[in-house]
Amino acid sequence: MTDTVPDIREKALSEPSCVAEFRDVTKVYHMGTQEVSALAGVSIAFERGSFWAIMGPSGSGKSTMLNLLGCLDRPSSGHYILEGGDVGQLDDDQLSEFRLRHLGFIFQSFNLIPQLTVQENIELPLFYLGYDAGRSAALAAELAERVDLGARLQHKPSELSGGQQQRVAIARALANDPPILLADEPTGNLDSATGTQIMHLLTELNEQGKTIIMVTHENEIAAYAGRRLHMRDGRIERIEGGDGCAG
Amino acid sequence: MRRVRIIRNIGLGIKNLLLHKLRSFLTMLGVVFGVGSVVAMLAVGEGASAEALEQIRRLGSNNIIITTIRPVEEGVGASSPSFMSIYGLLYEDETRIRKSFSSVEHTVPVKLIRKESRLGDKRLELRVVGTVPDWFQLVRRPIVAGRVIREEDIEGRAGVVVLTEFGARRLLATEHTIGQLLRIGGEYFEVIGIVQSEEASAGGVQTPDEEVDAYAPLNVVRERFGDIYSRRTAGSRIRELVELHQLIVQVRSVEEVEAVAAGIDHMLERSRRRKDYQMSVPLALLRQAEATKRTFNIVLGSIAGISLLVGGIGIMNIMLASVTERTREIGIRRAIGAKRMQIVGQFLVETIVLSMIGGLIGVAVGILIPALITYFAGMHTIVSPQSIFLSVGISMAVGIVFGIYPAIRASNLDPIVALRHE
Repeated sequence: MTDTVPDIREKALSEPSCVAEFRDVTKVYHMGTQEVSALAGVSIAFERGSFWAIMGPSGSGKSTMLNLLGCLDRPSSGHYILEGGDVGQLDDDQLSEFRLRHLGFIFQSFNLIPQLTVQENIELPLFYLGYDAGRSAALAAELAERVDLGARLQHKPSELSGGQQQRVAIARALANDPPILLADEPTGNLDSATGTQIMHLLTELNEQGKTIIMVTHENEIAAYAGRRLHMRDGRIERIEGGDGCAG
Repeated sequence: MRRVRIIRNIGLGIKNLLLHKLRSFLTMLGVVFGVGSVVAMLAVGEGASAEALEQIRRLGSNNIIITTIRPVEEGVGASSPSFMSIYGLLYEDETRIRKSFSSVEHTVPVKLIRKESRLGDKRLELRVVGTVPDWFQLVRRPIVAGRVIREEDIEGRAGVVVLTEFGARRLLATEHTIGQLLRIGGEYFEVIGIVQSEEASAGGVQTPDEEVDAYAPLNVVRERFGDIYSRRTAGSRIRELVELHQLIVQVRSVEEVEAVAAGIDHMLERSRRRKDYQMSVPLALLRQAEATKRTFNIVLGSIAGISLLVGGIGIMNIMLASVTERTREIGIRRAIGAKRMQIVGQFLVETIVLSMIGGLIGVAVGILIPALITYFAGMHTIVSPQSIFLSVGISMAVGIVFGIYPAIRASNLDPIVALRHE
């Protein structure tokens, strides 16, 4: 009996139900001589295939949390386990590798590279993954089709509407087929009709199995998410909808 | 996979440079002119020194040339009508040199006299060069017609003369003239041959005198015209006695040239009261010219190097501006998963592409400028392959050296900060 326990644990580690997990994570910024605590000990687990909205007033730590989740930063203390790896232990190159393999970003201001065409923007992650031009172009075309922009491959972002640009950004976030999509106010720069379209697209992706973690301050938008995490002063205030997975 | 990425990186770099055509072009200009001036300056320097070296080489690096010079006038005797100044190399000097130095292979004595000459009704002042057959071996002028002076002409005291092409043309002499008699200063000489004049294109400086040389056996010239010359200065006539005007000493091996030259100088100096000769050792001149060439190249190279440096700083300046301008792009690429080295690579490729293209255009400019100089100023220029490889290499190095700092700066941007950059 005791012999089998480690086996189960190993299996649990390699195929965890939690795709990402914070264990007592803190983040302290140094502003000159002052120390500002952005996260003050957060523990939470994100279940595979869940759809989260992180909410809270400005300064509550939600952006910091998203940066940590996005492997753009490392926790000051505690552990962030992403796909079984402890992000706190990674060096800069390994962080890049984690972002490339496991994460897709969707930003409020789309963050497409203006000089590149729609196709080239979608291809960016594939470029760093080392795809050859043919495979990369084929995949980009497929992804553009998926966000209904198959006809716009050779356009520059400036020739597209905001909603179209955000769809290009989503296609780009999907190019490396990441388990997790991180969205930072994805509808913040869009009118409500377009925002709704984008939210439908995200919901659809979530139904297809992507874990989505979204920062927003709009209740309407947050309503699309199955779970809502309310932050205040660097701590979790409350969680709405279902429980997090065990962790 | 890695190679694919490098090729695509180069493509990306070129594309980015093409987005700002004017800016890229202006940035490139610094390198264009830097490389262009390196190639052009080296070509001009190389050409000038090659010409000087060629002139010296033609004098023969195995040779020592001793020339009679008029010593500084001394005393008041010079103005007296009966005064005769005696100076110069002696017939005896030649014999002494040949006997004293075992490594001397040939000695060629030369006697020069200006004489009015007539052929038919054509008149020309010739410079009669009294010499020996060995002269033609040293000078190696191609024969146009007839033959040159031989040993038997000396032995038989034959009154023969070899004209140079130029002199012959002025006298309207042709190959049919051979065998005819040429009157030189009251004496008759049989024309036996015509040799080519020193090529005007190859040689730089050429006095007309050298072009109207006429060669005759030394002993005949001495017999017929003697050793006494008279010359008019400021109304008074000065009489001079000069035996030989030049003595060319050929040494067996190049290694011994300088030692023999020093020995001859010492010997001649001891046997006379005043210095009435001048030694010229082409080998020493050659060495000097080569040293001068090196200095010249270093000076030109440094000037060109400074312009390349300026070009490089221009590139760095623009790249730093470009990094700032593209901060957000860098942030996006980093967020997506680009590693630091990939960002470094991206920017470095841009500067290298920029400086390499600039370098290639510079090489074209550097080849064009010397060609124009040659065409308009008639100066000899040589574009050496080394200078091209050197400058293309330098421009690549400029790209790396001045591109690395902006590239590293780009890669060190914090992605979170870069993404927020407006």
